[in-house]
Amino acid sequence: MTIINGIDQSNFVNLSALLFCIAISGIFLNRKNVISLLMSIELMLLSININFVAFSVYLQDILGQVFAIFILTVAGAEAAIGLAILVVYYQNSRSIAIEEISSLKG
Amino acid sequence: MTLTLPLILFYLFAVVLVISSLVVISCRNMVIAILFLILAFINASALFVLLGAEFLAMLLIVVYVGAIAVMFLFVVMMLDIDLKITQEINRKRPIFILISAILFFEVLTLTRFSTVKFYETKTLYPINLEITNVESLGKVLYTDFILPFQIAGAILFVAMIGAIILTLKDEVRFIRKQQISQQIARNKANSLEIVKVKINSGINL
Repeated sequence: MTIINGIDQSNFVNLSALLFCIAISGIFLNRKNVISLLMSIELMLLSININFVAFSVYLQDILGQVFAIFILTVAGAEAAIGLAILVVYYQNSRSIAIEEISSLKG
Repeated sequence: MTLTLPLILFYLFAVVLVISSLVVISCRNMVIAILFLILAFINASALFVLLGAEFLAMLLIVVYVGAIAVMFLFVVMMLDIDLKITQEINRKRPIFILISAILFFEVLTLTRFSTVKFYETKTLYPINLEITNVESLGKVLYTDFILPFQIAGAILFVAMIGAIILTLKDEVRFIRKQQISQQIARNKANSLEIVKVKINSGINL
């Protein structure tokens, strides 16, 4: 792997993988709290962005940064819609415990 | 491996990033978790600066710290969540930690013992080091990627409209819905009025 600025690229790949795994374990551990789930998803998107930008810089191709911009856009839209759904659900049922959200189960 | 200044800076930002993300997933207090999420984003943008992607670094601060994290804070403070639901201990916790640890060490093995020494890729949009990062991004984004760029704008627009529609209360002033009971209750007596109009004087409605 190439080295730029004295930093090996595998450093960035390892960091991104570590961040992604932390976010996955956050999703597993905080299954009762919707806001924690949303924050873990934001962390996963951040780690993917780090991966994209690192490969973009080390391969000298601007394409990865363009994709990172689109990921940022989708992350913003997802957070807005998710939090709006959360607010509406809280107004209806006075609680955001995931385990009680089962009215669609039939 | 010699410790140069960029490498030291990388380890500093990376360690703070990992520690703050660990705090994000383990902290019981939501407000503190969101503040550590902001710290994680700021460290990631410092890493982007280190890589030479300045525009994305600034975008990360503006979008994540300025919009998304503030929105999280706003929602957490508005909802006043009952923290009792987070106090229960998850019994399967070691299994989940084991699964993500296995995933991480697999990726670590791949990067450590990879036999690929170079990438046989064709560089589609090479980075021109004589112009700035913003300029080279804009030259690609506004020409070849104009359609995905417009679609991204449409996605943001739909998300904005969706969030507004979802959170708007059912006020007659804003939302006009079909009121079936009113339609059924409507009859000739309460909807029709027969007025005899006098000539040359008109009527007052």
